[in-house]
Amino acid sequence: MKNQARHFSRLRRAEMRTAYIFILPMFAGLLLFSVIPFIQNILYSFRRMGTFGEGTFIGLKNYQDLLTDDTFWLALRNTAFYAVVGVPLVIIFSIFLAHQINKKIRGRTIYRTLLFIPAVTIPAAIGILWRWILNYQYGIFNWILEKLGLPRISWLGDVKYVRWAIILVVVWSMVSYYVIIMLAAMQGVDSSYYEAARLDGASSRQVFFKITLPMLTPMIFFSVIMVTIGILQIFDFIYLMVDRQTLSYTYSMSLVTYFYECAFNKSSMRGYGAAISVVLAAIIMVITIIQMIGKKYWVRSGE
Amino acid sequence: MKQKRDRLNDESRLSRFTTHVVLIFASFLAFGPFVWMFLTSIKTYEETIQIPMKFLPEIPQWVNYSIVSDKLNFPQLYLNTILVTIMMIVGQILIVTICAYAFDRLNFPGKNVLFMGMLALMMVPGQIFIIPRFKLMVNLGLTNTLVGLVLPGLFNIFGVFLMRQFFSTLPRELDEAARIDGCSYFRTYWNVLLPLVKPGLTTLAILGMLNTWKDLMWPLINNSQADKMTLAAGLAMLIGEHTTYYEQVMAGGVIAVLPLIVLFVIFQRQFVEGIAHSGIKG
Repeated sequence: MKNQARHFSRLRRAEMRTAYIFILPMFAGLLLFSVIPFIQNILYSFRRMGTFGEGTFIGLKNYQDLLTDDTFWLALRNTAFYAVVGVPLVIIFSIFLAHQINKKIRGRTIYRTLLFIPAVTIPAAIGILWRWILNYQYGIFNWILEKLGLPRISWLGDVKYVRWAIILVVVWSMVSYYVIIMLAAMQGVDSSYYEAARLDGASSRQVFFKITLPMLTPMIFFSVIMVTIGILQIFDFIYLMVDRQTLSYTYSMSLVTYFYECAFNKSSMRGYGAAISVVLAAIIMVITIIQMIGKKYWVRSGE
Repeated sequence: MKQKRDRLNDESRLSRFTTHVVLIFASFLAFGPFVWMFLTSIKTYEETIQIPMKFLPEIPQWVNYSIVSDKLNFPQLYLNTILVTIMMIVGQILIVTICAYAFDRLNFPGKNVLFMGMLALMMVPGQIFIIPRFKLMVNLGLTNTLVGLVLPGLFNIFGVFLMRQFFSTLPRELDEAARIDGCSYFRTYWNVLLPLVKPGLTTLAILGMLNTWKDLMWPLINNSQADKMTLAAGLAMLIGEHTTYYEQVMAGGVIAVLPLIVLFVIFQRQFVEGIAHSGIKG
């Protein structure tokens, strides 16, 4: 009996040891590339630091400077603008299009392929493409506007419009990705719900609002969180579409763009850049937590 | 009765018509820009800036493709991108799946704490790691190397959640049978369970590939030498230097997107499933 217990605990220990060996590569990597950098970055944010060396400790000075830095506030406002305008548009368009594509109509495979292509294209190519489409003099976008009797707009050069140009491309590329996700969720809805609704004589509008949409809320919730996080970290399109020497670059700047400029393009502001990234992380975490708390008021809970 | 059915048919015909109109318009919006990219890429410079606008070139200027290839070494960029992708996918599969197996199948003290720790770390936005990671790369001498591009991305927490979910669908009897046959934990994982989660591995590979191809900031920071760049960073350089000649820039764009689009059309089902899986919660 005692022997058996000892044998048992030896097995336990072997299992334990194996488990630790199996998770070791992952956790060693996370420690080296995420946990330690996380702590270091917070320490850097308390330092005045340039491209080389460890700099000098200046306490909360970087954070105080942020409070009076107009460019930082502009970047914060821009980022908020992108999220407030972009998130609802991405969610609404992707649900709407997924709903259309989910119908049994001819040619849906072709529609699907064409609609999904932006999702698998690299943003770098999308950025340079839209930069050309939105070109003031020769871009096809302004040509279309003119044909419709609307005025030509310097989308990427005018500080009033550049943020809308960015939003346009962000939504365009993200909708494609989230149509795929929404469509998968719609196809996962148990068809017996639909059959029951049909038998009760529900119209297709009623079916959509009373069945499809409520059944979709867990995925909508997840998408809202992911799209919000994605848009709050927007960088690529601004970097690629807007001329970095112009005023519209400053006026379209997101927090991540400003972080990048401070940390890697200015010679003496790496510590300041670190502080921006800490603030951004805090903002994203707070917003995510608020969304999680709000979840119970509108998301249909699991079975 | 017949009347009612006719009315329904009319109604559904109308709604089908609207659906087609909506989808044709949306497909045009989604794909039209790429058509425009291609058309621009085979025009002469004069044709790209001609007013009134010309949609088709007089004579297709394929020479733009060789001009842009002189400015940007596309074979090298492709090779770099593909090598980075392969290292990323293989590395992730090795590191992530074995960790996921341990979290799903084995018991060990601290399991829940470590799991929650990963969950918390996954929620931290990536920018916060970038400055120290770059300093680390400088210290390790890994700037301007392909390994330096791969390393920080290998430890994919989402991948652990994903693969754990795939493992958890496999019956425990498999493990027991393997143990009775004298398999070690490692052989149970490697020879018995891993072959059964191929859809999970495909998902992991496709998401790994998409993320590697899409990433711009880290390649820009870590690799500044032209011959160590990925496609994304290379294109960013192209726009910086040759903005006036859009027919060349668009030719570069076509070279960068065409292979991925072809790959997508061929493996559409896998791509779609992979992306759809990125929507499941851990």
